[in-house]
Amino acid sequence: MRISRVVEALPPSGIRRFFDIVSQMQDVISLGVGEPDFVTPWRIRDAAIYSIERGYTQYTSNWGLLELRQEIARLLERRYGVSYRPDGEILVTVGVSEALDLALRAILNPGDEVLIPEPCYVSYSPGALLAGGVPVAVGSDAGTGFRVRMDALEAAVTPRTRAVLINYPNNPTGATLRRADLEGLAALAERHDLIVISDEIYAELSYEGEHVSFSSLPGMRDRTLLLNGFSKAFAMTGWRLGYAAGPPDLVGAMNKIHQYTMLCAPMTAQQAALEACRSGERDMEAMVAQYNERRRLFVKGLNEIGLDCLMPEGAFYVFPSIRSTGLTSEEFANALLSEERVAVVPGSVFGAGGEGHVRCSYAASLDNIREALTRMGRFVERRERRVELREPAGAAVAAR
Amino acid sequence: METTTSQILRVLERDARTPRPEIAAMVGVSVEEVERVIRECETSKAIRKYKTIVDWERLGEEGVVAFIDVQVSPAREVGFDDVAARIYRYPEVLSVHLVSGGHDLRVMVTGPTIREVAFFVAEKLATIDRVNSTATHFLLKRYKEDGEILVEPDEDRRLAVTP
Repeated sequence: MRISRVVEALPPSGIRRFFDIVSQMQDVISLGVGEPDFVTPWRIRDAAIYSIERGYTQYTSNWGLLELRQEIARLLERRYGVSYRPDGEILVTVGVSEALDLALRAILNPGDEVLIPEPCYVSYSPGALLAGGVPVAVGSDAGTGFRVRMDALEAAVTPRTRAVLINYPNNPTGATLRRADLEGLAALAERHDLIVISDEIYAELSYEGEHVSFSSLPGMRDRTLLLNGFSKAFAMTGWRLGYAAGPPDLVGAMNKIHQYTMLCAPMTAQQAALEACRSGERDMEAMVAQYNERRRLFVKGLNEIGLDCLMPEGAFYVFPSIRSTGLTSEEFANALLSEERVAVVPGSVFGAGGEGHVRCSYAASLDNIREALTRMGRFVERRERRVELREPAGAAVAAR
Repeated sequence: METTTSQILRVLERDARTPRPEIAAMVGVSVEEVERVIRECETSKAIRKYKTIVDWERLGEEGVVAFIDVQVSPAREVGFDDVAARIYRYPEVLSVHLVSGGHDLRVMVTGPTIREVAFFVAEKLATIDRVNSTATHFLLKRYKEDGEILVEPDEDRRLAVTP
């Protein structure tokens, strides 16, 4: 079959390839999972079931249920101090993934460039390509805590640059931006008249102080598209429900595509989300408290076994350096999986700056985190011995 | 934001055997601080006791448990307290609560057989002064106890690797 050139040229997802290997193995402790280990809180599941019982099984407005948009508006105001009108400024989508696709298609003309700080979620570049745009990766590294440098962004701007696509708290690094970074980015967006697409799906999972929504910065509301959803905060990944909030012309343009492609997000998922907004916050906070405990325990453990990592400030990922083992991230992940049956995701799949690191999710039970640390510790120790044996004795001593 | 003390207690509430250094890491304080807080809570009785939740059913040694609703005439000065005390001092009584509604005390009693529990109620509880009536409900199945769901397996239905 003849396939479009754009699609042919897309690289297959690196995560997918790894998943195929893992899924054929037994007794694997997986830290490769990008979703909560909690199931959706019962009150939310119950509300969805109840809505089905009452016969809420129809299409909704393209924009999403008005009630839900009203609740989302309240939630955004309450948690992040940003205000959006439920009518025309909020669009309910099938996950942030759909919202992102709509946004890129709505703003990009062929050849327009999008700046994408990396390491980042695997769909950003393909999303830009599919929309006819040109993704421009801007790497970051552990030296800046995986916060993208504003001078690096600035250097990547060309007359074709239309937008910056940021994701903080970040998947895969857990990094968040500092106030100064946000202000720097705001100035840059202003200077070059850029749209900032801010994927804030991990906003509720911020452990060091309150999340600052990019659109809350002075003057930024008019050039920001805020994306968020229910997957991570409310453990609702499989419901596929997200939303976009932004200036009416942009959100309206997105809705135009949405109505021809998706029509509307599923009714049942919207009913569930309604309950999440109304009474899910306490459940959410209880989950966040547990992620926070695991985060601290896991980071301490990783540093103790010799995998250096920064304390991530959000999301549920740690992104330790594996350079001490002398392996590439893909070699590390493969060897760790076959020797110790622990699955992590090679950092290289997340783009520039990801090599030399692996992504480990701590959305896992404490028992699994403990066991994974033991196994990884064994693995690293074996590697380090091998590295020492290969080096001349003098060099090994000098390196100490 | 929760206090350090309640964060530590929450960890212990989930698993009383969590090693001190792990608690310290999870809460983000020193091991000494964790030990100090725990000692303090033990002294002040904020921590009452460390116990084990045993599923006796699995050993085939499950006894009988009954919930007994007791109607009591309150008395001047003491209310229900003196009657409650006469009840809670029996070792076969697992818990005693004063509740609102159609009866006054809700008592949980255990014993080796239905017969023994029934006799305990008839001979000891029902005969206490100012106890007007008792209604005995034998426990048939435990679904959830102390926040733990006992009847559903913990299954991880997630794919092994996802973005």
